[in-house]
Amino acid sequence: MADTGVAETLLRRLEKADDGVDSVEVSGSLGVDHQLVVGAVKSLQALGDIISAELRSSKHWELTGEGKEIAEQGSHEARVFSSVPAEGLAQTELMKLAFGKVGFSKAMSNKWIRVDKAHEGGPRIFKAVCIESIEDQVREKLLLVQKGQASQLEEKEKNELKKRKLLSEVTVKSYWITKGDSFSTTITKQETELTPEMIASGSWKEKKFKPYNFEAMGVAPDCGHLHPLMKVRTQFRQIFLEMGFTEMPTNNFIESSFWNFDSLFQPQQHPARDQHDTFFLSDPALAHQFPQDYLERVRKVHSEGGYGSQGYKYDWKIEEAQKNILRTHTTAVSARMLYKLAQQKFTPVRYFSIDRVFRNETLDATHLAEFHQIEGVVADYGLTLGDLMGVLHQFFTKLGITKLRFKPAYNPYTEPSMEVFSYHEGLKKWVEVGNSGVFRPEMLLPMGLPEDVSVIAWGLSLERPTMIKYGINNIRELVGHKVNLQMVYDSPICRLDS
Amino acid sequence: MPTVSVKRDLLFQALGRTYTDEEFDELCFEFGLELDEITSEKEIISREQGDSKASGASEVILYKIDVPANRYDLLCLEGLVRGLQVFRNKIEAPRYRRVSPASGELQRLVITKETEAVRPHAVAAVLRNITFTQDRYDSFIELQEKLHQNICRKRSLVAIGTHDLDTISGPFTYTAKPPGDICFKPLNQTKEYTATQLMSLYKTDSHLRHYLHIIEDKPVYPIIYDSNGIVLSMPPIINGDHSKISLKTKNVFIECTATDLTKSLLWLKSEMKFSVAVFPAGKDCIGHDGDHELAYRKEQLSSDFINRKVGISESTDRIAQLLTRMCLRSQPTGACDNIEVEIPPTRPDVIHACDIMEDAAMAYGFNNITRTTPRAYTIANQFPLNKLTELLRQDLAAAGFTEALNFALCSQEDIADKLGKKISETRAVHISNPKTAEFQVARTTLLPGLLKTVAANRKMPLPMKLFEISDVVLKDETKDVGVRNSRRLCAIYYNKSPGFEVIHGLLDRTMQLLEVKPGQGDGYHIQASDDCTFFPGRCAEIIVHGKSVGRLGVLHPDVINRFELTMPCSALEIDIEPFL
Repeated sequence: MADTGVAETLLRRLEKADDGVDSVEVSGSLGVDHQLVVGAVKSLQALGDIISAELRSSKHWELTGEGKEIAEQGSHEARVFSSVPAEGLAQTELMKLAFGKVGFSKAMSNKWIRVDKAHEGGPRIFKAVCIESIEDQVREKLLLVQKGQASQLEEKEKNELKKRKLLSEVTVKSYWITKGDSFSTTITKQETELTPEMIASGSWKEKKFKPYNFEAMGVAPDCGHLHPLMKVRTQFRQIFLEMGFTEMPTNNFIESSFWNFDSLFQPQQHPARDQHDTFFLSDPALAHQFPQDYLERVRKVHSEGGYGSQGYKYDWKIEEAQKNILRTHTTAVSARMLYKLAQQKFTPVRYFSIDRVFRNETLDATHLAEFHQIEGVVADYGLTLGDLMGVLHQFFTKLGITKLRFKPAYNPYTEPSMEVFSYHEGLKKWVEVGNSGVFRPEMLLPMGLPEDVSVIAWGLSLERPTMIKYGINNIRELVGHKVNLQMVYDSPICRLDS
Repeated sequence: MPTVSVKRDLLFQALGRTYTDEEFDELCFEFGLELDEITSEKEIISREQGDSKASGASEVILYKIDVPANRYDLLCLEGLVRGLQVFRNKIEAPRYRRVSPASGELQRLVITKETEAVRPHAVAAVLRNITFTQDRYDSFIELQEKLHQNICRKRSLVAIGTHDLDTISGPFTYTAKPPGDICFKPLNQTKEYTATQLMSLYKTDSHLRHYLHIIEDKPVYPIIYDSNGIVLSMPPIINGDHSKISLKTKNVFIECTATDLTKSLLWLKSEMKFSVAVFPAGKDCIGHDGDHELAYRKEQLSSDFINRKVGISESTDRIAQLLTRMCLRSQPTGACDNIEVEIPPTRPDVIHACDIMEDAAMAYGFNNITRTTPRAYTIANQFPLNKLTELLRQDLAAAGFTEALNFALCSQEDIADKLGKKISETRAVHISNPKTAEFQVARTTLLPGLLKTVAANRKMPLPMKLFEISDVVLKDETKDVGVRNSRRLCAIYYNKSPGFEVIHGLLDRTMQLLEVKPGQGDGYHIQASDDCTFFPGRCAEIIVHGKSVGRLGVLHPDVINRFELTMPCSALEIDIEPFL
């Protein structure tokens, strides 16, 4: 290998040098291209601490192509001078020479030649009468530069030559090479990788291995990725399961208004039941099957009251209840589950669900027409508001949120209703993290649940904690087809409590 | 949630002390309110219309306070102050009663039969001997507007008109007439218009045009006259100019017309409380024929009930005190632990003992209640379909596919035209009120979502391998709502070559995971099939246990183009419910 030769020569020179050697000087004295020396330096550096090299840059003057020609053959004006014979030369002839034009004017200004314009047969050039020989200063200066003695010239002279494009100033990068801690003049070739053959023969014991660059990144594994929102969903499922909550079947995006609103004691004129807030269906527009006796009890509690309630005192219409919608909350499923529970002998239950809900709302950076609702429900004898707050405390502790406080709120189907706030250490303020409450008797008793059974429930969105967890500001980058797949590829595992 | 905007200094003056913003926020929180924003008129104008418009606007500090949707009694400065002062034990809740005018003669509002065709109910009241200041007047108008927007459902359920009683004379008549027969000078106009002209005049009015639809198509429009034939108002659109109230008004006639009697009464009660709170000088009330009273209702409940539901153990006396602080005047009856609670007409939201219980809990302070844990022992179960989904998702990612998450709602075009199908061939459910084409139907296939995801991520390196396991929605007569969800697995491979073998390999892997062996009969196999979404001759039906569960193949170039893609693509979609 050619560069091994250079490298070895370099090491021998370095051994003899007192302090160090310059790579340009080495290349000059060896008569090889400087790049070869640089290559040798690099490969020696890769072997460890054999040498150390410091990058330096210096400026020096070099002849241009034209400059080299002049150094060899003389300046244009000198060549013009020597081209003119004693009998003179027609100006047209002189101009035919390569150096004619430039040389002529310079030689004229140096007064080395004269022109006889009146000569018969056109203007003719003669050597100046008094001059026998000339001193070609330009050539001499260039020769000095060529010999590396540019410092003998004045700055002004160098600039003058630079202007004539005979000289150029170049920056040279070189290495100042000194001995390293483990300096040695012999180098053994290093292996890049361990091979099966080396393992079989045991030859790895004698070999030296090229050090790895631990600064570089590894190769990304070829793998698939789970969506961050779904990773967070998995964790919330896990938390509910750890807390003994059974998952509700929420795979029914289409609900009747009856289960979505009426069964929850939400009056038929409630704004949430507006065209502006809820998606209604045109096909199939109506649900056609309800538990008739339960429906009748719901009608009665809305329009007339009962179960200790005044009711809303309005004309409850089946037509309104029949309207199919895209469910606005998973609480519609909770209502179905509680109704089902009421048809059996009562036992305490804990239910949860995490699934899509739909709102016909104005969209912005944090709101979409569909999102995931997380919901927890506990039904038992004699549950208190303190129990609701206790369960919420346990639930949020599992999310890593321990500082909670509760604000009275309004919700048509829970009483009391509480908004859950947690103290945000970053924002230094209380932020709403969920909604909760105790289902109203007007909702539970018509279902047929025992009077002393209370049902507590809470809900929150899946998107908000996910956006906070993964630092996403625009919900469209997270959910829907405009998702940023790079974000999906790069997102870490989800541990909600850390 | 309605927001009430009040001047901070007026509020503090009325509360009899000043608060720091944090202290006031804390007080609001305990009372179930939220101090939403601290701003000024100048700041609001500058934010909405730019700094230049804001110069000269008031810099008085405003508190914007969120009020729960059921508390109509807190929708103005006066109501808020009253609620907070009673809560802070500073004043007793005022008691409202109907007072007859000095003359003893009640006003009358006669409702004619014609109104049945358009807006059948009306109630009215009179406030006497009141004194407006600019702030009170503003608050009065503002409250009326808040009520219109909230409980009155943008005037569609209830519309309120207020008039200077001294400019008109009863008895009043509420009737309905064809629009061409109605002619009067409306509020703040200089000449008379017929109702027909008014409707076209207000078409361009930024505020009133939103209410025109309520009566526009009716044969007759509602109208209220005084005994001299002066028009008071044409509800729910506009009042007459003649009877408009001003700072000088001493006696106010309030009428409210409604499509629902309960709501209109509710409104009247809210309004009465307001007036009384502001103008303690004196008040009268009249009703229509039935003479509705400002009814206080009495309820009895036990302190044990409240203790049990809230999870506290307070004495009967203490609970009565707590309730009284919530404007529900209460006292122990002496019999056992019973408490008699008086529900004022201003609290129409109290319809059950649980509403009273909540007020007791609020006065006690939610955050003072000891947090406990329900003791029942329950065993958790996963929903089997979700359990299967969770397990499959993990292994599909392990197979090199990345999970996408797309909307359940989309355009008709996405699930039909773009896939080379007719919408009538799908079993799609249709949405009647979509705001944009993105929400026309519920998806019947997961494929368009994945293709759109690829299209939105064309800068990513190839190949792109995506999957989604989620629900599509299909019409199904056997269900109570006529629709069911169906859980699907869809995957696509997008690269310079179609990669059918990659998608086929994913099918094989999925079947392996689901313990279905290759083969006819008991196993799975694929057989050539025709489907216009796929390239001819490059589509196969997936048969599992003799039944089709889905398809796979190379997509048709037209489909690729319609989703603005440029490379070949193969896809797989199966129903996973048969594998439960």
